[in-house]
Amino acid sequence: MSDEVRDDGFDDLLDAVADGEGFYVECDEGHGSLPPRLACPQCGSQELSEEPLPESGEIVTYTIVAVPTPQFADDAPYVTAVVDFGPVSVTGQVRGVDPEDVETGQVVGIDVDETVTSGDRLLVFERR
Amino acid sequence: MSDPRVAGVGLTHFGKRPERTGREMFADAGLAALDDAGIDPDDVEALFYGNFMGELAEHQGHQAPLMAEAVGLDVPATRYESACASSGAALRDAVLRVRNGEADVVLVGGSERMTNIGTAAATDALSIAADDLYEIRAGITFPGAYALMARAYFEEFGGSREDLAEIAVKNHEHALPNEYAQMQQEITTEDALDAPTIADPLGLYDSCPITDGATAAVVTSEEYAEEHGLDAQVAITGTGQGGDKMALHDRQYLSRTPATEDAATEAYADAGIEAADVEFLEVHDCFTIAEVLALEGLGCYEPGDAIGAAGRGETTRHGDLPVNLSGGLKAKGHPVGATGVAQLISITKLLEGRHPRSDAVSDASTAVAHNAGGTVASATVHVLEEVGR
Repeated sequence: MSDEVRDDGFDDLLDAVADGEGFYVECDEGHGSLPPRLACPQCGSQELSEEPLPESGEIVTYTIVAVPTPQFADDAPYVTAVVDFGPVSVTGQVRGVDPEDVETGQVVGIDVDETVTSGDRLLVFERR
Repeated sequence: MSDPRVAGVGLTHFGKRPERTGREMFADAGLAALDDAGIDPDDVEALFYGNFMGELAEHQGHQAPLMAEAVGLDVPATRYESACASSGAALRDAVLRVRNGEADVVLVGGSERMTNIGTAAATDALSIAADDLYEIRAGITFPGAYALMARAYFEEFGGSREDLAEIAVKNHEHALPNEYAQMQQEITTEDALDAPTIADPLGLYDSCPITDGATAAVVTSEEYAEEHGLDAQVAITGTGQGGDKMALHDRQYLSRTPATEDAATEAYADAGIEAADVEFLEVHDCFTIAEVLALEGLGCYEPGDAIGAAGRGETTRHGDLPVNLSGGLKAKGHPVGATGVAQLISITKLLEGRHPRSDAVSDASTAVAHNAGGTVASATVHVLEEVGR
């Protein structure tokens, strides 16, 4: 959780998403995953490339977290969701909508924001 | 190839004992297991020990030698860490060591001290069984992760919070006479539904408590048990382990647990049984939805069919397939690294007729223990059979 030392791959992805140039890792078999990867987690292929992350995805499941870890003490309640972007799925927080109005199947885009509690960066989803 | 025997078992009371160190709890459990087995402690050849969060809760890594010493043993000792499946993984390697003829007597167990750091820090410590970069930094807690699976299950197969509440009611009722259980407290469906939300759709009674406790078992070869005239009528006849992607978003399924399916397939083949032969189970119900996912992964129900099993009475102590007669993690408690062997202990006592719920399974001879780590990125399954029946 250090702000001083970057996590290669993860912070690269967040930088790219913040610039509107999100990407994912794709292997030569077409399996998607999130960086850093030296091998495809689905098939083990080492033929990997970075491909543009689709502009929008669909909420496949979500929860409203009422009891958080200390790092999110002032964020709760918040919505954490898994969003399917097609070749890859991503976990993040749904922002800009009343938690009670979140539903599976909703279409969202991805961005980077900060947590309320500590100001750490995180991946967020916003309604499209 | 002969089947390893469970020669003796021991455990602490599960509950809130923040002042007890892990080493003291494991000494309690380990010495009780050795005493129960009635063997010469000098015959023990190795310790297989499960623990998950010792660095965070006790500032103590490298726990296995400490735990061997706590029981008064001078043997090679190794710690296993597979999140909540830590002692299930330890048990599997203990079984394989004995079955391969490389040891005749081993001690297996686990301990976890959790309540000393408080609920918020324990919630944080438990969360690290998920993917730090892509799940924890998005605010995933463990109840939150299982809530994601519960909602996905409801979306795919149907089911409701009421169905989950019935599982909590059942497991609390099962724990009533269990003197080792953290919660000997009957609850109603309304209690469960009215409880505070932890991570929607899961509430307080959908979640297992935070627990201090330790467990241990003496596993011997069949030959050693016979030569020493041990009363060891329970054999471990099958072992299996499965794995899955760490993060939920990298999985093929959000509402199924292939790691459990793979572990069960391997363990059943190993024991020469089928799912239909299983007469009762102790499964990893860290959350109510986890019991549903476990029973389907273990092949006892088709996907989508286990959600109503408790409500229909099928998995209660009066049903055809009693599940978690100990109270499960839900009511018995879940000292994470001790849980896999706690399940072995419950089944052993149930089969031997010395568990307060033994009456529910007096004619049974085949049972299954299912231990899961994280959101079931790790799973172990063991088949236990009463020998000679």
